[in-house]
Amino acid sequence: MILVVAEQRGGTLNRASWETIAAAQHIPGGVPIVVAVLGGSGGATTAAAQLAAAAVHEVVAVEHPSLEPYTADGFTAALQSLIGQLNPTSVLFPHTYQTRDFVPKLAARLDRALLTDVTGTKPSDDGALVFVRPMFQGKLTADVRPQGPAPHLVTFQIGSYRPDAAARGSSPAPVKTVAATLDGASVRQRPDQPYQEARQAVDLSQAERIVSVGRGIKGQEHLSVAQALADALKAELAASRPICDAGWLPMERQVGSSGQTVAPKLYVALGISGAIQHLVGMKGSNVIVAINKDPDAPIFEVADYGIVGDLFEVVPALVKALNE
Amino acid sequence: MNIAVCIKQVPTRDWQPRVNDGGTWIRDRDVTFETNEPDAYALEEALRLKEKHGGSVVACSVGPERVAQVLREALARGADRAIHVEHASVEASDAFVIAGALAAAVRDERFDLVLTGLQSDDQGFAQTGVVLAERLGFAHATIIMEVQIESSTVRVKRELEGGWFQWVAMPLPAVLTIQSGINHLRYATLKGIMAAKKKEIRKVAMPAGLAARQHIVRLYAPQKVKRTELITGSPAEAAKTLVTRLRETARVI
Ligand SMILES: Cc1cc2nc3c(=O)[nH]c(=O)nc-3n(C[C@H](O)[C@H](O)[C@H](O)COP(=O)(O)OP(=O)(O)OC[C@H]3O[C@@H](n4cnc5c(N)ncnc54)[C@H](O)[C@@H]3O)c2cc1C
Repeated sequence: MILVVAEQRGGTLNRASWETIAAAQHIPGGVPIVVAVLGGSGGATTAAAQLAAAAVHEVVAVEHPSLEPYTADGFTAALQSLIGQLNPTSVLFPHTYQTRDFVPKLAARLDRALLTDVTGTKPSDDGALVFVRPMFQGKLTADVRPQGPAPHLVTFQIGSYRPDAAARGSSPAPVKTVAATLDGASVRQRPDQPYQEARQAVDLSQAERIVSVGRGIKGQEHLSVAQALADALKAELAASRPICDAGWLPMERQVGSSGQTVAPKLYVALGISGAIQHLVGMKGSNVIVAINKDPDAPIFEVADYGIVGDLFEVVPALVKALNE
Repeated sequence: MNIAVCIKQVPTRDWQPRVNDGGTWIRDRDVTFETNEPDAYALEEALRLKEKHGGSVVACSVGPERVAQVLREALARGADRAIHVEHASVEASDAFVIAGALAAAVRDERFDLVLTGLQSDDQGFAQTGVVLAERLGFAHATIIMEVQIESSTVRVKRELEGGWFQWVAMPLPAVLTIQSGINHLRYATLKGIMAAKKKEIRKVAMPAGLAARQHIVRLYAPQKVKRTELITGSPAEAAKTLVTRLRETARVI
């Protein structure tokens, strides 16, 4: 049996949960799939009712007052006992901020393999599954095999499977609500409510055109090069994370998983390598242009038009061509 | 406040990837190495906490002899001493092996806080710090953007997706995995580099019996699905062509 652990907040599932169900259904052999979702009373049950639409064997809502809000200690203990009861061959999760926080602990506690940020699976010659994951910031790809006894734990990179690829069942899957085995006193983390930093002055999600700069810009003093292009295109200026980390542009102009998600008509990436955390924030753009001196930069995988070259030569030439 | 900072040595950012003949790991001899970026931020955070609360900062790394270089840099930036778990062929190891080695090296020192980067730029497991916490029996939190010590408790600002944050409190001792951008890095001064020469790098052996839980079957260049139209020519020619495409084909300007 394959166990998929879905993720909900306030009864709402994230898209990544459906992507992980699609990943589980993609594994050959017709192994039955059980989906679990954890939470306090109410949230998990609401989410479980939605999950029942998927073509899976069963949905289990695991509830306990100490599972709301999320804590690493609480989720680890609850899943340790659930896995002990269900005895799955593999346990699949989306690779989110939440699973990054507790799944390595769970794997260490169980002393079982954990493969993270997996983008796909494929059968090998001997029939065992091989997992595909990026390494070296996406510059290389690895085929990886878990070692040691089952269950093997796997987290899937956001966007590796389409959420609508998750097959729906002809009738709702059975839903079961169970009380988690968990001692609330053993939870050491005491979380406050999540919050967003002060209201943002620029809303990049409304921009029609965006010129985005990455570490290839080399220094704050060179931002004027990108600004000139933004002016010529009537575009907003945005950036990859390292530019905002360095304080060269305010964080509200950061695009990516920890910044804004944008989908303009035109996104021009200057000196951005195309790390997955950046791509998830902009790959919905209508037309993507990449200018990068490295022909193997992953950004070219999502770009419609690319120029391999030095941005300090190409961008001024572009400004000139636009103003002609 | 006695703090351990775990540091990994990784290929520099502009390294052009090359795979070994067996296709199982990178061709090490072509590589220049540097400190994993989030680990540099973890070290900076530890140094700031020491300046505020007193105590010591110990830099720890697992790897072959060359790893001593990043430990010396950490000492030059202000760490008090270093621990090097030396092993010749450990660089392709998984997070369980590395965390197991780190746990054995720091366990007896009774640190109040252990900081790691949130993931490494080489294998990118995002596991080592959290596995280490479990091995040590410490509380932990990940992807941290601010650290406040309040006697026997630590309060941390966790980054969440899409510009959201959350404060979490937990008892010490704890392991925190640090996100890039939590602070601004300092550079080593000449004085620091001189002082580092007198600081101790204690070598310890890799503990026996650590089992890897994953194995790289094959390492290769990503398969290109390539739908990009690459525009060639001089910068001026390429710029002209691109503007034409954007105006006439894509109609986005
Ligand atoms: C939990 C987490 C969350 C994250 N969230 C985000 C996020 O929200 N947004 C984000 O962007 N990143 C995020 N990151 C960081 C991400 O992993 C990458 O490190 C980051 O996106 C890299 O930024 P970059 O492309 O600007 O820099 P690099 O990866 O250093 O790339 C620089 C590029 O510039 C090119 N270049 C250099 N000089 C020139 C030149 N003269 N002309 C043309 N090209 C040149 C190089 O070839 C290279 O491709 C996150 C990481 C983690 C772990």
